Amino acid sequence: MSSTPPDLDQLVGQKYRHGFVTVIDSDTVPPGLDEDVIRLISRKKGEPAFLLDWRLKAYRHWLSMHEPRWAHVRYTPIDYQAISYYSAPKTSSDGPKSLADVDPKLLATYEKLGVPLHERARLAGVAVDAVFDSVSVATTFKARLAEAGVIFCPFSDAVRDHPALLERYLGSVVPPHDNFFAALNSAVFTDGSFVYLPKGVRCPMELSTYFRINAAKTGQFERTLIIADEGSHVSYLEGCTAPMRDENQLHAAVVELIAETDATIKYSTVQNWYPGDEHGVGGIYNFVTKRGECRGQNARISWTQVETGSAITWKYPSCVLRGDNSVGEFYSVAVTNHYQQADTGTKMIHIGRNTRSTIVSKGISAGHAQNSYRGLVKVLPSADGARNYTQCDSLLMGARCGANTFPSVEVRNPTATVEHEATTSKIGEDQLFYLRSRGLSAEDAVNMVVSGFCKTVFKELPMEFAVEAQNLLAVSLEGAVG
Amino acid sequence: MSNISKGDILLEIRGLTVDVQGRRILDGLDLTVRAGETHAIMGPNGAGKSTLSQVLAGRSDYEIRGGSARFLGEDLLALPAEERARRGLFLGFQYPVEIPGVNNVYLLKAALNARRRQQQLPEVDAFEFLALVRDKMKLMQIDEALLSRGVNEGFSGGEKKRNEILQMTVLEPVLAILDETDSGLDIDALKVVGHGVNSLRRDDRAVVLVTHYQRLLDHIVPDHVHVLVGGRILRSGDRSLALELERRGYDWLREGAAAA
Repeated sequence: MSSTPPDLDQLVGQKYRHGFVTVIDSDTVPPGLDEDVIRLISRKKGEPAFLLDWRLKAYRHWLSMHEPRWAHVRYTPIDYQAISYYSAPKTSSDGPKSLADVDPKLLATYEKLGVPLHERARLAGVAVDAVFDSVSVATTFKARLAEAGVIFCPFSDAVRDHPALLERYLGSVVPPHDNFFAALNSAVFTDGSFVYLPKGVRCPMELSTYFRINAAKTGQFERTLIIADEGSHVSYLEGCTAPMRDENQLHAAVVELIAETDATIKYSTVQNWYPGDEHGVGGIYNFVTKRGECRGQNARISWTQVETGSAITWKYPSCVLRGDNSVGEFYSVAVTNHYQQADTGTKMIHIGRNTRSTIVSKGISAGHAQNSYRGLVKVLPSADGARNYTQCDSLLMGARCGANTFPSVEVRNPTATVEHEATTSKIGEDQLFYLRSRGLSAEDAVNMVVSGFCKTVFKELPMEFAVEAQNLLAVSLEGAVG
Repeated sequence: MSNISKGDILLEIRGLTVDVQGRRILDGLDLTVRAGETHAIMGPNGAGKSTLSQVLAGRSDYEIRGGSARFLGEDLLALPAEERARRGLFLGFQYPVEIPGVNNVYLLKAALNARRRQQQLPEVDAFEFLALVRDKMKLMQIDEALLSRGVNEGFSGGEKKRNEILQMTVLEPVLAILDETDSGLDIDALKVVGHGVNSLRRDDRAVVLVTHYQRLLDHIVPDHVHVLVGGRILRSGDRSLALELERRGYDWLREGAAAA
């Protein structure tokens, strides 16, 4: 009879829209990892000796470590010898000097992804440092940034042009031995982004990087380092998507942020890597270490993330609040659908006096997905007057998904104030029927309920990103209602 | 103006039979609603009043066992809820749900434009829309602050009901079904709601009031009154039937039905 019931369980039927592979010859090192491979990467990059030593130390330490098992995620063991640790598009050998030099196929790929470099970059005032596989291929707005004194370049350029800054800051927030995946990254990272803001400089535009995983069986080991010197201000956007693949692809990035006295770093992520198909086959393993340190007084670091992709997401963008009166923020929307798994959250480490942190986490689960919030709020004895507010909300769509919250609070200063609120709710047939009875399609109704749920996080995103994030959410949950 | 004229059949229900979780709730219900008319459907608790409203609006967790319902000549039961709304059917909910974080105006504008697309009218822009809504809000005596809040989020019972009528006056449906819109309203709010509904009445539209009590009918005077008992219309009449029900209750009708 009558109208098709809006089956919440079907909300997962949407195929990955960015599923395609660009045919480009890759200069790929055979699978496997040993010291020779690391030396080769370092040589290909023309790195100074200190960096090779640093890599080798990390590698030797990594060999003594074990892959962590505590996350609420399940996956088949990763064969680290089956991964190729270096892959570069061939066009990179002579290095594109401008967009005109970039392989048109690459540009076409970005077009498909909705990243029209020319218009988007100009209209939105965004400088795009596009990372294709492991080597950066296009950088825009360089002149305008240079005029302001801002350094925004591929990591490998920074190795060549700013070795002193690297030597001083690299690994100072996430040391090579920090954890298993950070150690692996430190040993084999190939490229990423580098940002430096000199004292008192307010970055004249949003900075943005698009990542893309393309070559099969190529691990992605990005390294991002953002340094905001005294009184500077920067907003950095990171967005990702990947083509359809059957094999799981490991991504173990490291992002380090350093905010000196009175500096502000706002780091926003929209992550849309291939999540696997509706049966849980394929998809990216996203095991990332992201951490920022408020080194000076009144420094501020804000993480905003919208996570819709990857088969497994395992990341905890964190803040070390060392400077007095420094502020850490974490706003997160994590969407899991089909058989996706996410174990994500944050750590706020209060060291300085009157440090403040805010955590707002919104988890959405549909299909058979598992979504966990895991967080730590730690107040050290030195952190007089520290304050934290945490809010964790979970939204369930259908009966076969799960949501978990693992909050940890360690307070070792009696003057600290720590608040925690958590809710779990199911998206209601009543809500959907109400919206449909006002003329909205089933999908629009779901999107509206979900957007409302995520509103407090979306409003933290830069404007043009907020729209993109809403669209992404809509795509991720499309088909959830019949 | 639409091409509907006074007296045209808007809604025609024949032998509608509906189960909920294996229990028969509507049992061969007939009802015809014509343009220009206002109907009141009254009945005791559990008679199937809300089921009728929800089935007509397109809620899918009902099992339709028989009968038909046609709206503007189309098979209503074959249309999904949103298509019914876009064709001009409106349900004022007995219990409007809260949708946190979804802006009240945003929903209203989306709803209006969904209807206008169906009518092949241009969508309204933000300015036109705000002007329109402000007008209607005055009519419904709704504080403008409610516009920017989440849909029904933290609204009082009376505010929710007034918000339903506000939506109705903005959407200007061909057929409005108002499910227990009077419940939970004080006398002043009842007047405002009555005023809102009356403002919508026109020769090319119709209103169906589903209500327990006749007091709403003091403010919105119906042309036809039906008594729904045991899943079917037991008796139809004019305004005086409502007054008689008020005096005598529903039991005498049931006894009459049993005797017949």
